Amino acid sequence: MSEAPAIAVRGLTKRFGNRTVVDHVDLTVQPGRICGFLGPNGSGKTTTLRMICGLLIPDEGEGEVLGLDLLTRRRAIKHQIGYMTQKFGLFSDLSIAENLEFIARVYRLDNRAQRVAEALERLGLASRSTQLAGKLSGGWKQRLALAAAVLHEPKILLLDEPTAGVDPQARREFWDQIHALARDGMTVLVSTHYMDEAERCHKMAYIAYGVMLARGTCPEVIAASGLRALQGEGPGADRLAAEIEGREGVDMAAPFGTSLHVCGPDLAALRRAVAPYEDRIRFTESEPSLEDVFIHLMRHATDNSVVEA
Amino acid sequence: MWERIGAMVFKELRQMVRDPGTIAMMLFFPIIQLVIFGVAINNDPRHLPLAVEANDHSAMTRAIVSGLRATSYFDVIELTGQHGEGERLIAEGTAQFVLTIPSDLSRDLVRGIRPQLLLTVDATDPASTGPAIAAVNEAVAQALARELRGPLAPRAQTPPPVDLVLHRSYNPEGITSHNTVPGLLAIILSMTMVALTAMSVTREEEQGTMENLLATPLRPIEVMVGKIVPYFLIGLVQVVVILAAALLLFKVPFVGSPVLLLAVTLVFTLVCLALGFTMSTLVSSQVQSMQASMFYLMPSILLSGFAFPYRGMPVPIQWLAEILPPTHYIRLVRGIMLKGWDLRLALPETGVLLGMLVLLTVIAVRRYRDTVG
Repeated sequence: MSEAPAIAVRGLTKRFGNRTVVDHVDLTVQPGRICGFLGPNGSGKTTTLRMICGLLIPDEGEGEVLGLDLLTRRRAIKHQIGYMTQKFGLFSDLSIAENLEFIARVYRLDNRAQRVAEALERLGLASRSTQLAGKLSGGWKQRLALAAAVLHEPKILLLDEPTAGVDPQARREFWDQIHALARDGMTVLVSTHYMDEAERCHKMAYIAYGVMLARGTCPEVIAASGLRALQGEGPGADRLAAEIEGREGVDMAAPFGTSLHVCGPDLAALRRAVAPYEDRIRFTESEPSLEDVFIHLMRHATDNSVVEA
Repeated sequence: MWERIGAMVFKELRQMVRDPGTIAMMLFFPIIQLVIFGVAINNDPRHLPLAVEANDHSAMTRAIVSGLRATSYFDVIELTGQHGEGERLIAEGTAQFVLTIPSDLSRDLVRGIRPQLLLTVDATDPASTGPAIAAVNEAVAQALARELRGPLAPRAQTPPPVDLVLHRSYNPEGITSHNTVPGLLAIILSMTMVALTAMSVTREEEQGTMENLLATPLRPIEVMVGKIVPYFLIGLVQVVVILAAALLLFKVPFVGSPVLLLAVTLVFTLVCLALGFTMSTLVSSQVQSMQASMFYLMPSILLSGFAFPYRGMPVPIQWLAEILPPTHYIRLVRGIMLKGWDLRLALPETGVLLGMLVLLTVIAVRRYRDTVG
């Protein structure tokens, strides 16, 4: 890749007290790409995003955002980044139009009225522009927050769990919008818990307990995990999960409807583990899911968050 | 039913214990109130500064001075006899009373001419001076009764041997509202400016809008100034309303310079706003900032000299009052409005307020971060 990365951070570390929340994280995102940022709750996703957009100063590490030094050019970076917080961050006692107008003023945008009107039009909220932002439903709030985050046409968009609690259709539309923005050259870093959303990203990064555990495209991450999986079908297959999970060679076993999904690092060992049940249940090899990979990664990561909690 | 109520009670108690602000309120408020009402407040203040301008250096004068000392009402300052010194001390507030003894006191007493003693009183706070004035009368009469013996004994009979002329400066009719209404300016500004600013910042944090603000190119100083300006304007409106009411409704005299009053009011308003902002960086919720403002407001009302005479409080409490910005502002307002303080007289208290402003601004700027967490 000849183009300079939009985001390139190395060894990013943040400690709160004696707890390391983000531990030497490296992350590179190419321009116009959507990078999914995954990891369990409290794994350091939000903290990493905050460090990238200048809301937190890393204790260690370095990096460039849009070629600007992360540590010394925080203000210049802020001008070119759009950040959508996890919690609705606009003013609920201001109207939709007033919120957008405020953002436009803060970024000192030209043609303010026109930009706000266009954004309202795109949102489909032109007729409701005087409604208070706090009165909007969850899905609309999220769309408004996105419109506000991209009003100043940032080069990078950081989204912190943008679709939490939003219905499937709104989520689908949201992701269509993200892809449209990326097509126009915007670089997107989005944290999420949803596997289907991770699969919609160009690349993904998995972080647990502050440590980056996996990176790459979806097939790359699955392949790199070395996990193998079996699918068991038969009477009572789903009820064997707990029993099979305890056997050697089995990483995890989980019921999916009436069938059983078993996975582990070694196919032969997996076969041996399920052999006693093969009289009743038919096991066939299947593709490990992204979820398998992430749960596997999480279980093998050392949990340092328990120390203080 | 009782179990369910019990569950609620238990839950409330647990939550109460988790909230240090509420606990502090519940424990400290009664203690502070006990101290203030029990010890600090005294409507019959003693040890008031009284200057004696003695133009007659006789035994009579010495008897009067020692008599005044003996009352415990006064800390007597003896003047060198330079004319006009007494007025200056009263204007500055260094002395609350000036007793002028005429040069021919002894001669007139002997001749049976009732000499006039002039007692000038700083009557801005009429409530606190009443008992003290009575004490002067008493002390002078007793001192002279001791001195006027033998052939002069009849002089000590009625009518009293001297004529004590009372001159109430600044508030000749002794109208209480002339004292309290200017003080209200300080209290209302403290009440609204401090609490509103403190809450406006914590509200952003509580509602999660601060994170969004900080992610924009807004600088901390821009957020601070932007937040303060609207409240500053509200403060100015309040000042205009209170002053209009003071002048038109309560007919409070306005002897000094309106420009000077406006200037010190500006400084005081900024002190309040900076204090509110500093408070907001120390607390984490709107409820806490409300509680913090209460902690500030109560002593401000009770100790600043607004509700009770400053001189009536024990010295340690007076030190505490000196830390409170309203104490200084109230002196300035009363000084400028009632006593006609000019810039020179207003300078010391204004200097204190400016010092507080600088200190609070430095703390607020240092504590307010453009980062979260």
